[in-house]
Amino acid sequence: MARSTFVYVTYIRTTPEKLWSALTDDVGFMKQYWFGVHCESEWKAGCSWKMVQPDGSITDAGEIVEADPPKRLVIRWRHEKKPELKAEGDSLCTMEIERSGAAVRLSITHTIEREPSQLITAVSGGWPKIISNLKSLLETGSAVLRDPYPSN
Amino acid sequence: MAVLRDPDVLFKALADPTRRKLLDLLHAHDGRTLNDLCEHLDMTRQGVTQHLNLLEMANLVATVRRGREKLHFLNPVPLQEIYERWLAKFEKPRLKALGDLKRRLERTNG
Repeated sequence: MARSTFVYVTYIRTTPEKLWSALTDDVGFMKQYWFGVHCESEWKAGCSWKMVQPDGSITDAGEIVEADPPKRLVIRWRHEKKPELKAEGDSLCTMEIERSGAAVRLSITHTIEREPSQLITAVSGGWPKIISNLKSLLETGSAVLRDPYPSN
Repeated sequence: MAVLRDPDVLFKALADPTRRKLLDLLHAHDGRTLNDLCEHLDMTRQGVTQHLNLLEMANLVATVRRGREKLHFLNPVPLQEIYERWLAKFEKPRLKALGDLKRRLERTNG
């Protein structure tokens, strides 16, 4: 089956618990590395999930498919704003956290069952900056990039 | 695979034309198998495997098992870190100019 995927991996000197919290319920922390964006959910399987922009608008929404803190989180992810991306339907975002020596390995895999995918192209541009900021914030206490990039 | 966090490994991984070609191939089309990558290189399978191992150690390539297949993906996160170390500051004035422009235009509209 045609499929579009990207896989991003980083190693962060932190604990799995802190990283899990940074990716889920620590809204204030998330806004610092995600350029003001945060996600809202109860972070349990079956719960709804949404991504909230700094102006309060919702660009992406879906459900938590799996939540196994602090190891594995799977989100069914739909874009809600741009019609051409919304038309592509559901994608799956899987975040996996595992200890690796003194650090923690974070891998983010985002997949949709179609090729090519504008959604995957759109999210693939944003993730490296977000992950890099997250790493810097967890390791040094400050984000590398405070200005959001002009995305489109 | 043990990933070395030493930046020397990252630059060593980039300092080879075959490995850069492998990254180019993955950049053009992600999620390739070893067989697929071998078809584009005039080299033994073992040779390609060694290059891929080094790229994986440098965290420039991430692999995912799908059934019996091992798929290779370009992982740009270490390159993003290079970008932020030496290039991001040059982009700040441009970002500030865009931000100022946006604020001015929005003020005019409002």
